[in-house]
Amino acid sequence: MAELITMPKLGFDMAEGTLVRWLKAEGDPLVKGEVIAEIETDKATVEVESGYAGVMLRHLADEGADLPVNAPIAIVAEEGEALSDDEIDALLAGSGVKAPGKPVSEDEKAVQAAKKVEETLGDDQGEEKGETLAGGKRSSPLARRIAAEHEIALTKLEGSGPRGRIVKQDIEDYLAELRAEGREQEAETVGKTLQPLASFTAGEIPDDEVIAISRLRQAISRRMQDSFMNIPHFYLTRVYKTGALMRLRKELNQFLPDEEKLSVNDFIVKAVALALRQFPNLNASIEDDVHVRRHGRVNVGVAVAVEGGLMTVVCKDADQKPLRLIAREVREMASRARERKVKPEDIEGSTFSISNLGMFGIDEFAAIINPPEAAILAVSAVQDVPAVEDGELVIASQMKATISADHRVTDGAEAAEFMAVLAEYLEEPLKLLV
Amino acid sequence: MARMSMREAISSALWEEMERDERVFIMGEEVGVWGGTYAVTKGFYDRFGEKRVRDTPIAEAAIVGGAIGAAMTGARPIAELMTINFAFVAMDHIVNEAAKLHYMFAGQIKLPLVIRTVSGAGRQLGATHSQTPDAIFAHFPGLKVVSPGTPADAKGLLKSAIRSEDPVLFIENATLYQVKGEVPEDKDYLEPLGKSKVQREGDDVTIVAYSKMVPAALEAAERLSAEGIEAEVVDLRSLRPLDMDPVVASFKRTNRAVIVEEGWRSYGVGSEVSARIYELAFDYVDAPVKRVAQAEVPLPYNARLEQLALPQIEDIYQAAKEVLYG
Repeated sequence: MAELITMPKLGFDMAEGTLVRWLKAEGDPLVKGEVIAEIETDKATVEVESGYAGVMLRHLADEGADLPVNAPIAIVAEEGEALSDDEIDALLAGSGVKAPGKPVSEDEKAVQAAKKVEETLGDDQGEEKGETLAGGKRSSPLARRIAAEHEIALTKLEGSGPRGRIVKQDIEDYLAELRAEGREQEAETVGKTLQPLASFTAGEIPDDEVIAISRLRQAISRRMQDSFMNIPHFYLTRVYKTGALMRLRKELNQFLPDEEKLSVNDFIVKAVALALRQFPNLNASIEDDVHVRRHGRVNVGVAVAVEGGLMTVVCKDADQKPLRLIAREVREMASRARERKVKPEDIEGSTFSISNLGMFGIDEFAAIINPPEAAILAVSAVQDVPAVEDGELVIASQMKATISADHRVTDGAEAAEFMAVLAEYLEEPLKLLV
Repeated sequence: MARMSMREAISSALWEEMERDERVFIMGEEVGVWGGTYAVTKGFYDRFGEKRVRDTPIAEAAIVGGAIGAAMTGARPIAELMTINFAFVAMDHIVNEAAKLHYMFAGQIKLPLVIRTVSGAGRQLGATHSQTPDAIFAHFPGLKVVSPGTPADAKGLLKSAIRSEDPVLFIENATLYQVKGEVPEDKDYLEPLGKSKVQREGDDVTIVAYSKMVPAALEAAERLSAEGIEAEVVDLRSLRPLDMDPVVASFKRTNRAVIVEEGWRSYGVGSEVSARIYELAFDYVDAPVKRVAQAEVPLPYNARLEQLALPQIEDIYQAAKEVLYG
């Protein structure tokens, strides 16, 4: 019995999605649970699994198409089951989608099948469209390495290998040539000097470019504009002494394998979560004009830079979890976010967010509140700075953090107290371990 | 040193080890009264008697299973399987018992077991009796797989295998039994298991081979040498553990490699060795690694077709020229 597969609803606020890529072609057999397509929402790229076993009978959408939730995207059928156009129409009748054009011809199917046939053995296959050659030219890994050592641009060379492949011999010949011409210096440091100054003629300046705003960017745009225009932000910055924290981190990391090392941010997540426990009013959301929801759970969102935007992954119940678990969860979720493969639960339910630009060397900044939360903490770089301690000038490890808070929910004094409690955890970090 | 055939070298290794250690015994089809299908154990029955040179029924599962039991209880059996094609009948014993027992029982069980068998093709024995499935056995951790290419290595490696506390599949090649070479006569002459060996030095191209393909590679190297191309021939000798050090060291000098095996190419020894070259020496790759192997067909019986399907010296020579873009 043929069935329709529809655009899934991934997350409560998803209205439509983009069909990025088909992973099952028409005619491919399907096993229940196999991934058939990738869907992009404004939050992530998600894989759609087949709920049926059988055959991918017909695609109802092209790659790149934007479709509303629940729109049919494909028809799957049992092995050997054939559907007439009328039967397809009947199947689609309830869904409001027109039957697509004629099915793919037998010839096209044969070509598609041939394309899938495993490449024959042997090295030099024909060039594919869009093929990218390392170094811009066909070259062996050894040639590329030697070229890089001598800073030779491969584009300067002609390769003597098959189909113009640059091999070790070509580089050696080129270097010998330079030496023969008395350009030994150059032979050692080819390409080190700056290119001649380009003349600025109008023709060479690139034209303006209008690019489409990605779905993720649109979502960020909407949320940030809404937040910044409607939430009365106020900002408090405090300096934290981080010497003890840095020493503790170094000590702990000695015992941890490379892939489990703790970051400064992991400590901050834990410290923020513990401090929030004492400030339920900051772990809150505006419900409506007359209510604020104080969350029972402390779920700390961590902003992650991804290509073309940022996403906030959520470490749930961070106040309850040991540092190592926080570190692992955040690392795994951030990695999924960067690959655009987050799970809906990775990015839902945060009650307070942290934006950390410390790794970029930022000295101080303020973040925009991630609605419907009541506040966000902007964390800057840990730096060694001259400081006065007990009347003496010393070199101290310090970090600045700025809280942006919603003035409808809280006030300066409360936020300042929160920042002070945060100091008790960050400056005496053993408290984070017990 | 004495000049002897591979057959004599293997025979002397067995004889010396049986003289040295009375726990060592041989079991297999026709190994006793008949003296072995390939005459390797000729005279053993008269010298060591029926308890230490045991003729068995034609039942490979029973031969290997029995040998495993004997090894578990303190003997040092050498089980002989007439050809590796029959090892499939004993696959469960080899894979699920010999390769696993030591690991599954916390090291309490030692299996000082050698399974001697014969691989390879080229004698018109038909598709089912001419296979070179060595790589299949090398797939399983827990089993050592050894396959010598010279008489001296055959002797030294077999003696090491018999003295080893681990199960060893010792793969011989029927077409090499007549090949002669210089062999040390020292009764404690041992070659280490799991060490590859450079059989010929050269700086232009690395040829990796084992077993029957070693003499073939050396022959191809001589032809190349006549043209001024010096090939280094690395003999793997052991497929598991696989020692890549001499291969990688050689490749880092030559930047070009040809891997030769008598078996099929897909999922074979060449696949493994070339993958490791790319992993271990990617920055030294100057040309794609070439694999020379058997045509991917069940081997024909017809003599000319059979030779056409098997890797020849000419194929190795041509592959070397190709990786040199010569």
